[in-house]
Amino acid sequence: MSELLATLPPLARAAVPAHSTRFDAALVLWEEDLPGGCHWSGVLRRGSTLRLVDVEGRANVSALFHNHERPAERYNMPDTLKAQHTAHLAAGCVCYSDMGRVLCSIAEDTCGWHDPLCGSLDAATMQSKYGSADYQTHRNAMHRAGREGLLVELAKWGLGRGDMATPLNLFSKAVADAEGRLRFEAGHRRAGQHVDLRFEMDVLVALSAAPHPLDPSPRYAPGPVKLLAWHSGTAGADDPCRLRCPENERGFVNTERYFLR
Amino acid sequence: MNLLKTSALDPAQATLDQVVRAGDPWMQRVSRGQVLRIVDLEGNQAVDTVFFNADDPDEQYSLTHTIQAQGALYLGVGSRLMSNEGRAMLTIVADTCGRHDTLGGACSCESNTVRYGLEKRPMHSCRDSFMAAITAEGSPLHKRRVASNINFFMNVPVTPEGGLTFADGISAPGKYVEMRAEMDVVVLISNCPQLNNPCNAYNPTPVRCLVWNAP
Repeated sequence: MSELLATLPPLARAAVPAHSTRFDAALVLWEEDLPGGCHWSGVLRRGSTLRLVDVEGRANVSALFHNHERPAERYNMPDTLKAQHTAHLAAGCVCYSDMGRVLCSIAEDTCGWHDPLCGSLDAATMQSKYGSADYQTHRNAMHRAGREGLLVELAKWGLGRGDMATPLNLFSKAVADAEGRLRFEAGHRRAGQHVDLRFEMDVLVALSAAPHPLDPSPRYAPGPVKLLAWHSGTAGADDPCRLRCPENERGFVNTERYFLR
Repeated sequence: MNLLKTSALDPAQATLDQVVRAGDPWMQRVSRGQVLRIVDLEGNQAVDTVFFNADDPDEQYSLTHTIQAQGALYLGVGSRLMSNEGRAMLTIVADTCGRHDTLGGACSCESNTVRYGLEKRPMHSCRDSFMAAITAEGSPLHKRRVASNINFFMNVPVTPEGGLTFADGISAPGKYVEMRAEMDVVVLISNCPQLNNPCNAYNPTPVRCLVWNAP
């Protein structure tokens, strides 16, 4: 139980469920396939969870999160890392907005490391790395870059270049040495690994399943992802994400305040 | 640690020489070819800095493009500071500090409530300085355009295990970093007012900004 919660007024405490909800097939809302390289966007409501599955063990998913109600509030990588004293995300971590609120929390994760540092691949870099493969010749097997894919999705919601933030790269691991040089660990990924993003706010989610920018593979071969949304409710009073650190307890209180009425 | 390299430029020849007081914002246009020097006057000050293309504010400094371009996290001599369009905005040409951070972001009232305590919200912060600067009359900037930034003179090591630490500063009084503009840029600085963490030894201090014309 969070000590901070105990200090809040009864109405604020009552807005927090005692326990978080575990996954159950009866709670599934919808499922969708995201082929490698492709992009997607949608709104995940407060209290729903998006499960992403790395189907073949070679997926990278660049993810952006904006407050659906007011998208000037968005995922903020530095605030996320500083609050939790980490340079990688895994189960128990949360994704902070620039307004000190929890957009989503990593309620479950069989992967163990998601890369917040490296950003997405842009079209020019992709072309110099993999050559070009356009639609006319390759149809939907064409090469798609992460940054441009995310921009297409943001544009559908009236957002533009300036609304991009540093995306989170789900399923990917890049390790820094003492001098800060980065190395991509391809062997980190396994088929069937999944991560549950539990949304603590109404969030516009933009995803691109294009290759990670540091993936040393000379071939353009991004892996497919399965998306599954389920009705989870928000983080409970005893949730490991909330109790991970005092910072997260305060971040959840900020988030819950936003919805109190 | 990155290479240390001193500069031959003479402050007496600078076209601009200003002191930015602790906690103040500073916005300045720097033209292509001009050189900007930031001096850490009293040591261990964090200088939160954003760059914009002077002709297109949607083109801005991008930490991920910079990290991708050099395949490494820390900034020093030779680092090209890249935009979100994948173009070099500035290049670090001299540095007597040895390491600068681009992961730590900028402090805000809201993140202070998370990091230090719900009651810390009224304290002055970098992002309030950024907001004050971008809402000034005639500014083409907007909150959404203040995305990633550099923290000059700050040391935020990432461990091989994926930990993030705020190490003691490696800067000292008089250390400086110098960069050449590769395009016309607007420099937006918040001279960090943070009183809650050791990035500036709990003591925000002034910095000096100088600009030289292209030789």
